This record gives sequence, C-alpha cells and structure tokens, in this order.
Amino acid sequence: MTLLNRILDLAQGDPQADRVVPKRGHSVRLTLFTSAAMAFLAVFALALSLAAGRLADRWSEALARSSTIRISAPLSEMEAQTWAVLGVLEQTPGVSSARALTDEEQRALLEPWFGPDLPLEDLPIPRLVEVIETAEGYDAEGLRQRLAAEAPGAVLDDHTRWRRPLVRAAGRLRALGWVSLALILASTAAMITLAAQSALASNVRVIRVLRLVGARDVYIARAFVRRFTMRALTGAAIGAAAGMIAIAFLPRAADEGAFLTGLGFAGWHWLWPLAVPPLAAFTAFWATRAAAFRTLRTLP
Amino acid sequence: MINLAEVAYGYGSTTLLSDVNLRLVPGSFHFLTGPSGSGKTTFLKLCYADLTASAGQVSLFGQDTASMTRNEIADARQRMGVVHQDCEFLDHLPLSENIALPLTVAGRAGQAEEDNLDELMGWVGLSARRDALPPELSGGERQRAALARAVITDPEVLLADEPTGNVDWDMSLRLLQLLVELNRMGKTILVATHDLALIRAAKAQVSARVLRIAQGQLQLAGADL
Repeated sequence: MTLLNRILDLAQGDPQADRVVPKRGHSVRLTLFTSAAMAFLAVFALALSLAAGRLADRWSEALARSSTIRISAPLSEMEAQTWAVLGVLEQTPGVSSARALTDEEQRALLEPWFGPDLPLEDLPIPRLVEVIETAEGYDAEGLRQRLAAEAPGAVLDDHTRWRRPLVRAAGRLRALGWVSLALILASTAAMITLAAQSALASNVRVIRVLRLVGARDVYIARAFVRRFTMRALTGAAIGAAAGMIAIAFLPRAADEGAFLTGLGFAGWHWLWPLAVPPLAAFTAFWATRAAAFRTLRTLP
Repeated sequence: MINLAEVAYGYGSTTLLSDVNLRLVPGSFHFLTGPSGSGKTTFLKLCYADLTASAGQVSLFGQDTASMTRNEIADARQRMGVVHQDCEFLDHLPLSENIALPLTVAGRAGQAEEDNLDELMGWVGLSARRDALPPELSGGERQRAALARAVITDPEVLLADEPTGNVDWDMSLRLLQLLVELNRMGKTILVATHDLALIRAAKAQVSARVLRIAQGQLQLAGADL
C-alpha cells in the first residue's frame, strides 16, 4: 500500500474499528493541548524565521548597494575636498550616483544624540557623501587610492564591516527559527509518543480481547493511530489559527521600525502556517504508529 | 486441523502437561474433562496459540504455532471460535457489538452478518440485552454472549472452556444443542467441562470422544461416563 493510499485510508477511517478502543483518559486532552501549544509556537518560530530571512535579504541588498565617504578636513578645505571627491566619483566606473548630504540631512542624522538646535556650522563635523553603486559595483581599493591622492581627508566606508555581521546575524536568526521548528516537531513527536504509550498501556485488556478474537496488530494499531492523528490535526489547527491571529494583531511600524515590529508574515508567506496542522498530523501518525507497534510487540 | 504431538507444558520446575498427543480432525466432537487445576484451560490455550508448548509441536491448520507470526496466529484465530473461561469483553461496547467483534476485526460487517447476529442473540436468549454493557450482565449472560461471539463467524473449529459453567440446566441443554448443530454442519468442537451430565446428554445426540487430563497426561475417558 502506498503512502498516499495509507493517508486516504486513514482519513476515510473505519468508524467500527475506531470504537473498539474506549474514548477516555487524559491522553485525549494531553494530545489536543500539546498539539495546539506546539502549533502556536511553531507559527511564531516560522514568523521569526521568515522575518529574519526578509531582514537578511533587505540588509544584504540595501547595504550592498550603498556606501559612504566621510570627509574630515579643516572648514576652509571642506568645500574643495568635497568637490574633489564628487569629481573622482563621477569618473569612477560602477558608481551610479553620488551626492553630498546637505546640512539639514546631517543635522537630522545627529539630532537623536545632540538635539534639534545643533549649530552644525560651528562644529568640526565631517561632510558625508552618499554613493550608490551600479549592479556591477566599483573597485573599492582603487577608489580608496584615488581618494587618498585627490582628497586626503576622505575615507571610504563601503559598509562591508557593518553589513557582514548584520547579514550573518540575520542568517543565524533564520537558522535558529528553523532549528526551533525542528525541535518543536521533535517535542510534539515525543509527547504524542508518550501519550500513545500511556493509552496503549491503559488498554492492555482491550488489546488482549481484540487479539483473542483474531485482530491483527495493524488493526489494533490503526485504531490508536487514527485517533491520535486526528487529535493532533485538530489541536494543531486550533493552535495555528490562534498563532496566526496573534501575529496578525502584532503592532506594525514603518520600514525603519525596529526588527520586532517587523515580525510576522508578508504576502504569500501567510500560507506557511497552514502547513503546520498537516505537519503535526504527519508527525503524530508516525510517532503513534511506531509507539503502537513497539508496545504491541512487547505484549504477550 | 489441530494437531498436538509429544506436547509438554510447564513453568519453572512444574510440569503441567506432558507427552500429550491429539489430532482434532474436521467434524469431530471432543469433550475434555478432568479435575479443577488439571490443565484443561492450559490445554485449550495451547490449541489456540495463546501459550507456546515447552516441548513437542502444536500445529494449527497445518502450521507449527511455535514458528507462526502474530499475523498468522491472528488469521488462524479468525478461523476459530473460542469461548474463554473468564469471558472477557470490551466493557465500553454494547453487547451486540461485542458479539459481532470477530466480524468487525475481520472486516466482515454486512447485512447478512447483521441478520445472523439477530438470530444468534435470539438463540442464546439475549435479544433483550442487545444494548446492555458487559458489566451489566450476569455470569450466565456473559457465558451465553461468549458462546455467541465464538460462533458468529461460522468458525471451522470451536474451542470452549466451561461454556455452561454459570448457566442453569435448561440453558446448558440449549447451548449444547447449538454445539451439536454446529458439529452436524461439519464444525470441529472441543469442549472443556467438568459437567458429566452435559457430556452424557451430548453423547446421546452425537458421536463424541471424551478425553480426560490426569496427572498431566491426556487419556481417553473410561466407560464410567
């Protein structure tokens, strides 16, 4: 029998076979609660992983395409060095555009630290030049050498030293999200295994009667497997729905907002949590099946 | 059908049965008698592969039970009807579903089986108790239900351990009549009982061999029966 046939057979079920095992005991509530809680956590782990992925892509792309030149020079030379830098940049292959930040823009950058009334003109603040690269990019080392010759006060910051650890951190965060998902699945399997073993142990007499009237182990196992699979599916559906609602109601912020406010799903990523209940059911199916056959082998 | 050759069974240093030889041929009717604790139940359990012989060979439908897989044992049990002494049921299911349980596990639940169930429940006098749960049944009712469950699949062989132990004489005769009818239909019957009156009543209707277990040995019973 193929896996598909097994799943269809399981979904269709055998109402009569289902009835041979009594529907009682704490394993019902335990399985439902565990599946719901784990699905809820899985949705958050998914959201974290996908958000971290988006963040890594955004940082990687945004920072990779822009760089900054900082000009530190006496006020009397600042204007000349700025023009020199812009001139060099204009002739540099791989530079799409370049512009010096205005006083207002520089003031806005410093405002969070020094307040709104900063007398920029009286302070030895470096001039910042924003450089946007083409898709091919420029030769950073060659540009540094030319800047050193034309504008000794100019220092190129191509964001590499910022970008790499940020992208690496976001990548790790994404990996942690997936590891969390795997751990959640493993925990679900472990807890459902324990619940199934408990149910089997409390039904030893039922199993004995079934065997004496000619029931095969696969028949007995199926009664438990279907029950636990359906419970896991139901619990996980409830948990996943609750998780999606919770994610949907998380506060939103603009793009420049902190990472936490960007936690959630975007676009078609909302389809991902829908995979959680079937995944929980699949896990429960195999966990219960393995536990049932293992237990049945040990029973006389 | 069921064949025991040089069979012994014991636990620890105790030997309960030794050097047992028996061949149950199709259509035969056997009674197994002997004092309490002589090993009648153990003998029956060997016959339906609930126990494994310490020595010798028990064959079930041509297969050595010692080498049978669980599935093969389950399949063999679907061809047999067994009335257990302790009459165990599934307490959460109504009586009708308990009696139909062998059909359910064999995947044979249809209208014909449903009609057969109604007829059988009437035969053992339990029609009015269809929906009763097993814990609500008396000892006699449980025994009648156990017999009905054992024959519901129209088995090739019926093994019964004290099937009339808790019922009155009239019901005993009624149940015996059921066994006799099954035997006349070609079924093989082995009944463990210490009820000699029942054996005499049976011998008046069918040709039955009577076996006795004494000191762990299986013997043909004497003419005192």
